This record gives sequence, structure tokens and C-alpha cells, in this order.
Amino acid sequence: MSELSIINISIIILLLPLVSFILLIFFGKKFPKLYLAGTGIVFVALALSIAVTFGMLTSYSGETLSLSFTWIDFGNVPSIGPLSIELGFEINNVTALMLFVVNLISALVHLYSIEYMRGDIRYTRYFAYLGIFTFSMLGIVITNNLLMMYIFWELVGLSSYLLIGFWFEKDSASDAGKKAFLVNRVGDIGMWIGILILFTHYKTFTFSTIFEQISLGNLPFDSASALTTAGILIFLGAVGKSAQFPLHVWLPDAMEGPTPVSALIHAATMVAAGVYLLVKIFVILTADAMLVIAVVGGVTAFVAATIALTQNDIKKVLAYSTVSQLGYMVLAVGVGAYAFAFFHLVTHAFFKACLFLGSGSVIHAMHHEQDIRFMGGLRKKMPLTYYTFLISTLAISGVPLFSGFLSKDGILAGTLAFGSLTGHWLLPIIGFTVAAMTAFYMFRLVIKTFHGEPRDKEKFAHAHESKWVMTAPLAVLSLLSIFIFYTPNPLSADAGWFLDKWVSTPQTVVPAEASFDFMQSGMDKHEIGLAQESGIVHSVQYTEAMHHAHYPAMFLSLILAGLGILIAFIFYQWKKVDLEKLTGKLNSLYKFSLNKWYIDEFYHATFIGGTLKSADVLSWFDYYIIDGIVNASASVTQFVSRLSGWFDNFVVDGLVNFTALFSGFIGLSFRRLQTGKVQTYIVFVVFAVLLLLLFFRPF
Amino acid sequence: MIEVGLNHFLVVSSILFSLGIYGVVTRKNAVMVLMGLELILNAANINFVAFAKYGNFGLGGQAMALFVIILAAAEAAIALAIVLNLYKTFTNVNVDEIDKLKE
Repeated sequence: MSELSIINISIIILLLPLVSFILLIFFGKKFPKLYLAGTGIVFVALALSIAVTFGMLTSYSGETLSLSFTWIDFGNVPSIGPLSIELGFEINNVTALMLFVVNLISALVHLYSIEYMRGDIRYTRYFAYLGIFTFSMLGIVITNNLLMMYIFWELVGLSSYLLIGFWFEKDSASDAGKKAFLVNRVGDIGMWIGILILFTHYKTFTFSTIFEQISLGNLPFDSASALTTAGILIFLGAVGKSAQFPLHVWLPDAMEGPTPVSALIHAATMVAAGVYLLVKIFVILTADAMLVIAVVGGVTAFVAATIALTQNDIKKVLAYSTVSQLGYMVLAVGVGAYAFAFFHLVTHAFFKACLFLGSGSVIHAMHHEQDIRFMGGLRKKMPLTYYTFLISTLAISGVPLFSGFLSKDGILAGTLAFGSLTGHWLLPIIGFTVAAMTAFYMFRLVIKTFHGEPRDKEKFAHAHESKWVMTAPLAVLSLLSIFIFYTPNPLSADAGWFLDKWVSTPQTVVPAEASFDFMQSGMDKHEIGLAQESGIVHSVQYTEAMHHAHYPAMFLSLILAGLGILIAFIFYQWKKVDLEKLTGKLNSLYKFSLNKWYIDEFYHATFIGGTLKSADVLSWFDYYIIDGIVNASASVTQFVSRLSGWFDNFVVDGLVNFTALFSGFIGLSFRRLQTGKVQTYIVFVVFAVLLLLLFFRPF
Repeated sequence: MIEVGLNHFLVVSSILFSLGIYGVVTRKNAVMVLMGLELILNAANINFVAFAKYGNFGLGGQAMALFVIILAAAEAAIALAIVLNLYKTFTNVNVDEIDKLKE
């Protein structure tokens, strides 16, 4: 494939879901069968994206193919100079893989939803929304500039809102949609400010131009702290979209949406957009920004994992596990393990989509029962769902032979390397703790759902395995959770094709004094150029530290994952421990976790309560002060007008009336002369003539 | 015997004029008012003729007197026609009561 055809096909891939959306939203009511066309279109996009990914990885590996065009040309703007806004697309290995992941999961979710959503009153509209979501997500993936990134970012937010609130008849669903939208907006504002910091200085939104300028030493506003600020602000967008602490609260609520949507948007693709954004801007992150990102990621992973331990809603457990895994990815970006962040994004997308679709299958079979306390024993009724769910659980728990082990191990090694190089040991400690907790709560979920005796006999009796359109996606996704797709060596991904050939850490462009020492390659410009040609540019020091950390990290994570799984079995399978007593002993901790660290309550008390309080104060101000001023001015006006009315009535009208009366009086007195009798007039005339004669007599 | 001069004519004409005015002003009957008018016109005629006789005007005075007599005839014709119409409209010729325009 030629360069141009790869880009052209990518643009076609981008537009196909939009076509599906337009068809379904405008003609869906008339032709209810059109959802099949929508699904078909997404499968075509999947086929094309496989072609693009294949062409990219075989012929142009390591290169960046881009196409840009001028969107708006402002010409020569006074005091700024020539200004134009360029838009465009770029495809590199990461983009191509992401295209494939998004299209694959979208296509599988379309297929799955055909059965899962059957009978819904807004059946075709659901597929239309899936179309617009896929379109916007693909837009984020293949853009080459921050402006388009931001536009599609917001479009993704919109489609997420539409799908979370899809069953808007339920108050909880429409509230969850609103919450997701508003919480995301908080992050997006930061992201937009960050983008504008870069745009104000560089007059361009294009990634490559900005990176090139920074590598030439042209920092925004000539200060490294401005670059740090820009990095952290753009990261804020990722905090919102990828549900990082403290903006993670919307994601668990987003589970109000249909389960396939949770799989597509709130587990596999959209929430990964934040991590993808960080991967895109990785090269401009300064040391301070990376540290902030690492800490936020670590805190998120830990908080979410502790909450996931005690939740009873099958989707809530998965939601918190998603938040926790996203925390891992962000942590990985923060500690410089770029490749592993993206690797975990991909592997997580597959196994988490599989887990969600599996939970959907369970919920479907249990007639919309989501509480795991009423499940159990479903293994016999739904074998295919069980085994795919189990494979994905093994993957997320970090058991060897599965994809999650490879990527998580890499991230943990990255945190260890980071700890050894900078002394921030807390991050690896958090990382390992979370690994153990992940294994525990995931197996708790599996055991409570599928093992043991059924707790709700009636629902259990009706439960049945789902149809092939629902189980086929499960099978495909669980298959992709096996190590062989990423590396031939089940214990290390380093030599595998994913990390060795496809994704390599790019060289940071941040000047040496503002970035971690170990992020510098230790090469001069010429050597970097050579290394870039061979496709491997990253810090020698960091790579070595990662190598050293690899085996300790692997053993430690294996032990911890095993421990977590063992404890889960002891607690829930063999019931060796009286859980009632345990929770009674650790009551406050248990309550703390069950109530999600009271974060929602905290937000209710502070932000929502504060908003309401300030609204109260403002309404009081409005009611008494503003309205008071208005009313006072009204009274003053009224008084003045009354005064002037009185003046009008008595003085002006008085004068007028007086004039009228006076004229009337004069008229009355003189009308007597006007008798209407000619003879009288003649008498007057005679006397008048006599008088005139008297006055003007000549003698 | 007193020489009859201009003043005598003027006195006669003023008496005649005054009688005419008196008639016009005091009479109620429109016909009587017209008769008063005739007296006033004739007083004027006496003056014209008298001034023509004693003044240096040639025959102008007499000519003017002739015009006035013609005018008086015309006036009488028209005025009597008006009086007839008044009588038709109001069934009387009392000038005091004919004040419709006043209202």
C-alpha cells in the first residue's frame, strides 16, 4: 500500500461510522432494519482498519504518515503575523493499532447489541449513537493536531452522554449522563487552556510542529514551567475522560447505560482516550508534569481498587476495576513506561470489553439482575460466558500466559525503575498493592457470580446461555487476551513483536534541565538521528533500569496476584473465614470502601452543596438587594411620577383650565353683545361712528 | 327771508338720516326696516345733490344721486323678495325672531 492510500483509507474508516450514524438517525424510523446496515458498515471499517494496520506495520513501521490542509487562513493578522489553522491526519504505529482496537471492539459491540438490545423502543437510535461514538473516537485517534483532538474529544463526550442516558426514562440514568458530562467538562476546560497555552506561543495546533519547536529549545513563553503547566492542563483533560482521581466519580455512575455501551465506551475505548492523549503528548511532558501524572495515576489505581473490593453490583466492580486499570496506564505514562502504557491500553481494552460483555450476558440471562449477592452457580448454565469471563479475569489479575500479565508486569517494572532512579518508592508500592487487590476482587466477582450454589433459585432456573451473536464477541475478545498475539515469550513482552517492532518509546523533546535525567537518551543530535532511523530511541539508562527491575517485578507481582486469588478462594469459595465477623471487625474500613471513600458525599457536601448554598446566597442577594434596588427605584419613580402627576394635575392643568375658564368667562361676558339682532348691531355701529367722529374730528 | 344755503340741506338730510336710522333700529317689521333704509339712502341723495349745487363738482353729484335711486330700486326689489322668502320660511317678518344663525 502506498502512503497516500493508507491515509485515504484511514479517512474512509473515520467517515464510515458517520455514514452509519446519518443513515440511522434520519432513516432509522422508516427502515427499522437499517441497524443491520450500520453494523455492516462498522464491520467494513474493521476490515479496512485491519488492512491499514497491516500495511502500516509491515511497510511503514516507525514512520509517521501525515496529511494536513489549511482549514482557515486568517492571512496577515496585525501584530501577530501570518496565521492559519491547519487540520490533518497522521498515521503511525500507535495510531494504526488504536484504529484496529477501536474498530474491532466497536464492531463486536455492534454485533453483541443486536441481541442484547433487541426489543428496545429506540433500537435503531441506539445503533446510530454507537455510530457517532465510533466516528468521534476514530477522529481522536487519527488526528494530527490538538484542535481536532479537542473537537472529537467533545464529540466523544457528547456520544457518551447520549449513551449513558440512553434509558433516560430512569432518573438515575439521566442523572448519570448529566454527571458524566459535567465532570468531564471540568477536565476539558483545563485541557482547552493547556492547548491554548501552546497555540498562543506556537501559532499552530499541529503536534509535530509543536514538538519540533520545543526540541529546538523554543519553549512556550520561554519558560519550562509554562511547558509543565501546559502539560498538566492537557493532562487534566485526560483526568476527566480517563476517570482519574478526583474526577473518577462519573465512570461508576455511567454504568447506568446499556452494558454493551459500558464495554465499548466506559471500559475499552473512550476512557482510554485520555491515556492515548498522554501517549500523543508524551514527548513534551516535563519532569514535574510526569511526576504529577504518576502520582494521580497511582492514587487513582489505589482508591479505585480499594472501592472495588466491596462493591456488590457486578458492573460497579468492573467499573472501579476499569478506573484502577486506567490509573495503572496513567501511572505508566508518568513513570516513563510509554510503551507499556499503550500496551496495557490495548490488552486492557480487549479483556475489559470481554468482562463487560460477559457481565452483560449474565445480566441478560438473569433478567436484569446486577447484584452478585443474588447470583452464583451460573458456571453450569452459561459455560461459554463463564470460560471467556474467566480468561479475561486471569488476564486482568496478571496471571502468566495472558496479556494482562505482560503489560501490567511492564508497568510495575517501570514503576520500580522509576523508584530506583528518582527515589519515589511509594509509586511501586502502590502499584504492587493494587495488583494484589485486583486479583482479589476479580476472583471475588467470578466466584460469587459463577461458582457455588445459586442464591436466587427462581432467576437461576430461567437463566440460559446467550445466543451466538453475544457469545462470539466474547470468544474473540478472550482469545485476544492470550499472550501469543503480542509476544512469543509468555513471561516477557520485551522481545515480542508488540514492543520490539511496533511500539517504541519516542525521544523526549523537553530540554535536559526540565526533564528527568534518565529520560535523556545520552546521545547527541547526530546519534539520535541515526537511532531514529533504526527505530529505537529511548533512554539507555531507563531501559537498563527497566531490565534490572523486570525479574523482581515479575516475581513480586506473581506472588501478590497469587495471594489475592488465594484469599478470594479462601473467602468466597471455601468459606474458611467468617466474613460477617471480619467485616464486623473492620467495620469502619469496610464502610469506607463500600461507600466509595465517601467521595460522592464529599462532592455533594462541597461542590454541589456549595453550589446550592452559593445559589441560595445569590438568590437572596437577587431577591433582596437587586430586587430591592429595582423596587426602590420603582418606588422613587412612582413617587416622582406622583409628584409630577400632582404638578401636572394642579399646576399645569390649573393653568390650562384657568385659561379655559378665563376664556369661557370672557366669552360669556361678551356673548351678550352678540345678540344676533341686526338692529342692535346697527346701534353699535352708529355709536361707534359717532365715537370715531368724536376722536378724529377735524375741528 | 332766509337764504337757503348748504347747511339747510345738510340739516334736512341729517334729520332724514336720523329718522331712517331710528326706523331701521326700532321697527320690528322687516318691511318697515326697509323703509328706514330708503330714508337713509335718500338722505345721502340730498347730500349728493346739495354738494353738487354748492360745490364745484359739475354734474357728478346728480349722476351719483341717480345711481343711488337705481340702486335703491334694485335693493328694494331684492330685499322685498328676501322678505317674502323669510315670510315663507318663518311665517312672519319680525326681524327679532329671525335669529336662526345665532344657534
